[in-house]
Amino acid sequence: MISFDFEYYRPDTLKEAVDIFLKLDKEGKSPVYYGGGTELISMARVGSQSFGAVVDIKNIPECKVLGFNADTLCLGSAITLSDITEANYFPLLSKTAGRIADHTMQGKITFGGNLASTIIYRETVLPLLLTNARLTVAGKNGLAEVEIGQVFKERLRLQKGEFLVKATIDKKFLIAPYFHVKKTKNEKIDYPLITAEGLKLDGYVRIAFSGLASYPFREANIENMLNDSSLEFSQRADKIVQALSGVITSDLYGSAEYRKYVLKNTIVNILETLKDQ
Amino acid sequence: MYSLKGKNIVQLNVNKEIHDVVIRPSDVLLNTLRDQLGLTGAKPGCENGDCGACTVLIDGWPVKSCLMLTVEALGKKITTVEGLKNVPIQKAFIEKFAFQCGYCTSGFLLVCHALATIHPYPPDIVIDEWLQSNICRCTSYEEIGNAVRAILSGEI
Repeated sequence: MISFDFEYYRPDTLKEAVDIFLKLDKEGKSPVYYGGGTELISMARVGSQSFGAVVDIKNIPECKVLGFNADTLCLGSAITLSDITEANYFPLLSKTAGRIADHTMQGKITFGGNLASTIIYRETVLPLLLTNARLTVAGKNGLAEVEIGQVFKERLRLQKGEFLVKATIDKKFLIAPYFHVKKTKNEKIDYPLITAEGLKLDGYVRIAFSGLASYPFREANIENMLNDSSLEFSQRADKIVQALSGVITSDLYGSAEYRKYVLKNTIVNILETLKDQ
Repeated sequence: MYSLKGKNIVQLNVNKEIHDVVIRPSDVLLNTLRDQLGLTGAKPGCENGDCGACTVLIDGWPVKSCLMLTVEALGKKITTVEGLKNVPIQKAFIEKFAFQCGYCTSGFLLVCHALATIHPYPPDIVIDEWLQSNICRCTSYEEIGNAVRAILSGEI
C-alpha cells in the first residue's frame, strides 16, 4: 500500500504530457513521468520516494512505436521489455531485456523506465551505447533528437519537464556478431556482478559494461586495448583491468578484487569467442 | 487526457464481470481486488514484485498486481485465480502434486495458464523463464514444472 495520495494523468499527446507536467510542477506537486511504474511504486511503498502527481506516458503513440522506419529501428520509451524480446528485432537488446528482473516483470518494466532508473544498472543502455543510438526527447520546446552520449552520462540527464520518447538504431548494427555476458553472484535473476556486452563491426570489437562501476559505460580507450592485436588476449585483459581499477565497485555482490578476476576471465572468453567471427 | 484525483468510483472488468470500486490514484491493484472485491486469490507476499504470489492476468498476460496501480487496469480484462474455471492446469496441479502450503499456487496457476495460452509449444528454456517469475518456499518446483509440461504435452 502506498501511504500518500497523488494525482494521476494519462495524456494522449507529447504536448499534453509536457504541458501538464510543467503545470503540475509550477503548482508544487512534484510530478514524475510514469511508464511501467515498478520502481516508482516499490519506492513509494517503502517511503523512499514521494510525488504529488504522476504523468503516465503509456497512451502516447510516439512512445509506443516498435518497428522499422527506413534504415533505423525505432523503440518507443513506453514499450515493455517483453515487447522487445517478443519482437526480437535486435537480438543483443532482446538478450539484455530478457535478463532484467523476471519474465512477468519484463511485461511491466518499460524500456524508458529502465534507461531512466535510479537503480544503477540500467542495462538496456548498453546496446544503445554500442550502436551510437539517437534519442528523441520531448520538452517545452518540442522534440529534440540527440546522440545518446549527449544525454546519457552515467545516467539519463534530462531537463525538468523533458522525457524520453524513443531511441533509434541504425539497421547495420542489428545483424553484427554480438556477445552478452551477465554474471550474478548467486541466482540467475539478480542484479549483475558484471554485465559485459559488445558488437563486432568491421573487425573491431565494441564493449560496454554494467555492474562493474556505479554506472553503465562504454569507453574508447578500453576498446582500443581490447582490439590491440600486438598483445595476447590475457595481456589485453590485464591492461583493461588495470585501466578500470579506479572505478570498479566493491559491494555486497562482490569485492572489487573479485570483480577484477571475473572481468579478466570474461574478456579473455569474449576474445576467444569472437576471434573467428 | 484522462485524469483521476482523490477518491472516485470506477469500473473494473474482473473475471468477465464489471465491478464498481472506489479507488484513489495511489491504490495498487492487489489491494483493490482483495479489499473491495473480496478476491483473495491474489496473495500479498513480498509486495515488491519478487515473489509472484499476487500475479493476475491483464489482457491475458501475467502481471504482479502489487506493482500495478488500479487506475492502470481500467479498460483492461483482469483475470484472477477465481476466474479460472476448470482449466487444465488446475487438474494438472492436483494430479502432479504441484503444491504444498498453497500460498504461491494461485500465482503459479495464472502464469502457467498464460504460458499455455500464449506459447502452446514452448521450448524448455521458455518454460523455465516463465516459471522463474514466481517463488515457492515449499520448493515444489519439480512438481510445478511437471504439471505445466503435462498440459503442454497434452497428457492432461
